[in-house]
Amino acid sequence: MALLEAKGLVKIFGKLTALNGADLTIADNEFHGLIGPNGSGKSTLMKCIAGAETPTQGTVTFGGHDITQASPAERACAGMSLKFQITSVLPALTLYDNILLALQAQTSLLNLALSRTRGVLHDKVMAMLEKFRLVDRAHEPASALSHGQQQWLEIAMALAPEPKLLLLDEPTGGMSLEERRVTGELLQPIKAHCSLVIVEHDLDFIRDICDRLTVLDQGQILQTGSVQHVQSCPKVQEVYLRRA
Amino acid sequence: MLEIAALVIGLLLPLVLQDYLTVYATRVLILCLFALSFDLVWGYAGIMSFGQAVFFGSAGYGVALLARDLGITSILLVLPAGLLIGFAFALLLGGFLLLGRHPASVIFVALGTLTGSYACDRLARGWYYLGGQNGIPSIPPMTIGSYELTEGPAYYYMAIGFLIVVYLLCRFLMRSQFGLALAGLRENEQRIAFFGYKVQHLKAIIFSLSGAIAGLAGSLYAFHEGFVWPNMLGVVISTQVVLYVLFGGSGTLIGAVIGTVVIEAVSFWLSNSYQDIWPIILGVLLLLVILFRPAGLVSLLLTERERVGNFGRSPGKR
Ligand SMILES: Nc1ncnc2c1ncn2[C@@H]1O[C@H](COP(=O)(O)OP(=O)(O)O)[C@@H](O)[C@H]1O
Ligand SMILES: [Mg+2]
Repeated sequence: MALLEAKGLVKIFGKLTALNGADLTIADNEFHGLIGPNGSGKSTLMKCIAGAETPTQGTVTFGGHDITQASPAERACAGMSLKFQITSVLPALTLYDNILLALQAQTSLLNLALSRTRGVLHDKVMAMLEKFRLVDRAHEPASALSHGQQQWLEIAMALAPEPKLLLLDEPTGGMSLEERRVTGELLQPIKAHCSLVIVEHDLDFIRDICDRLTVLDQGQILQTGSVQHVQSCPKVQEVYLRRA
Repeated sequence: MLEIAALVIGLLLPLVLQDYLTVYATRVLILCLFALSFDLVWGYAGIMSFGQAVFFGSAGYGVALLARDLGITSILLVLPAGLLIGFAFALLLGGFLLLGRHPASVIFVALGTLTGSYACDRLARGWYYLGGQNGIPSIPPMTIGSYELTEGPAYYYMAIGFLIVVYLLCRFLMRSQFGLALAGLRENEQRIAFFGYKVQHLKAIIFSLSGAIAGLAGSLYAFHEGFVWPNMLGVVISTQVVLYVLFGGSGTLIGAVIGTVVIEAVSFWLSNSYQDIWPIILGVLLLLVILFRPAGLVSLLLTERERVGNFGRSPGKR
């Protein structure tokens, strides 16, 4: 059984049809790339999966449960984690607090008030910061980071609670080549316990880490399959050539 | 440091003040407690409540009625009652304004609470049972056993006792991981919902906790003054508490206390010396601070980091 199954998603904003019957299936431990021209509905698809938008039509099932109407918090508790296209770390808080905030979300309010999980989570926070090369700056406010580092922080926040499915919308935007490479390296090992849907413009990056690829165009799925298969497909080349 | 200095001054004050000033100072302490309640919701959780007086006043009226109609004045009953009334009203108003499916905007909450405050004021003015325009005069004094607590040093020390307890409780809570969750709520409510926080619960809890503190302040105030009147519920008091906190520095507990004390002290002094123009001077002073020191007076005394506090840092680590 697939971990995530989105079927026939339609999303209409006023007169604009952003998604027009999109399907997406993600298996356990699958890394799935989502590409397409600007405005093709990639972010909207991610948002419908994450619960930031409610689809006009269609269903989303996650781990066998229908979550089409579930709140973002319920999806998070079920093991979904995300980074939107627009970075939204909490700028006034330190990196440490940003990660802790992500980690302690499932702690009961009483335990939060008594700070019971603080000690347990400390090591996890530090390990996460270490992994993303941010540990020296643990006690600086997140606003002090460069854009690329903020993206890392956000990926770290999304990964900290050990999700089953990670959704990343353009995580490498504004990163240098070197930073991109590192991001790829950081994402590889999570495959052992997590599936990934990633929106990304850099095809080389996608090719390096993804098992399967979906191409969206004007709110519809143009092609989906293994990376080689999709790349050799003439329809896809046409869309990309048209754009170029 | 600042907190300890304030504490020492607070404890020694009645020894040097004349009696009528001690009475004034007691009032200010109670208002400090009230200011803390607003600071929790706005300064920490980012919920703009322009109707804090609803909880302050309703508790005041509640205990006044208990004393007038049922002859209940025991501290063991009236203060918990006030606390509970504030809590209940906040839960009600908060549930109505905050807990929709979509996050309510700051403006919506501000206007909603403001309207609530105005409506309660009007209601009290028109309601004969509550004494109408005149409110409820000559409330009997609060009692501890057979001892009657009237205004003066005894009341002062009781008020400061409550202020200290509530202050420490808030301090503990705001520096806990719960405080961190509130900071997340303030910074970006939607973002933390995607982490799995039950944002609605957080809001309901902090709002009603704040209501409970306002209720405690309101009941202390009612017995201290010996009467309650519709203004206690109204827009003026609601706004005043906002000013205390913005002036002193929202998001810090000591800032709320300093703001209240400074504004009240200055207006006491100005109203003696410059009868006619003091509201104007006070207004200009407030404006200056809010324009040039958006973080409030405390930002003159504390660094950013000290003000924001450390929620999650494990003990011993910087
Ligand atoms: N909240 C919204 N309201 C109205 N239109 C929107 C909204 N979000 C996205 N759109 C529109 O939907 C289309 C798809 O957007 P999006 O999913 O962000 O594309 P992509 O991420 O592939 O660039 C675009 O034409 C965009 O203008
Ligand atoms: Mg996009």
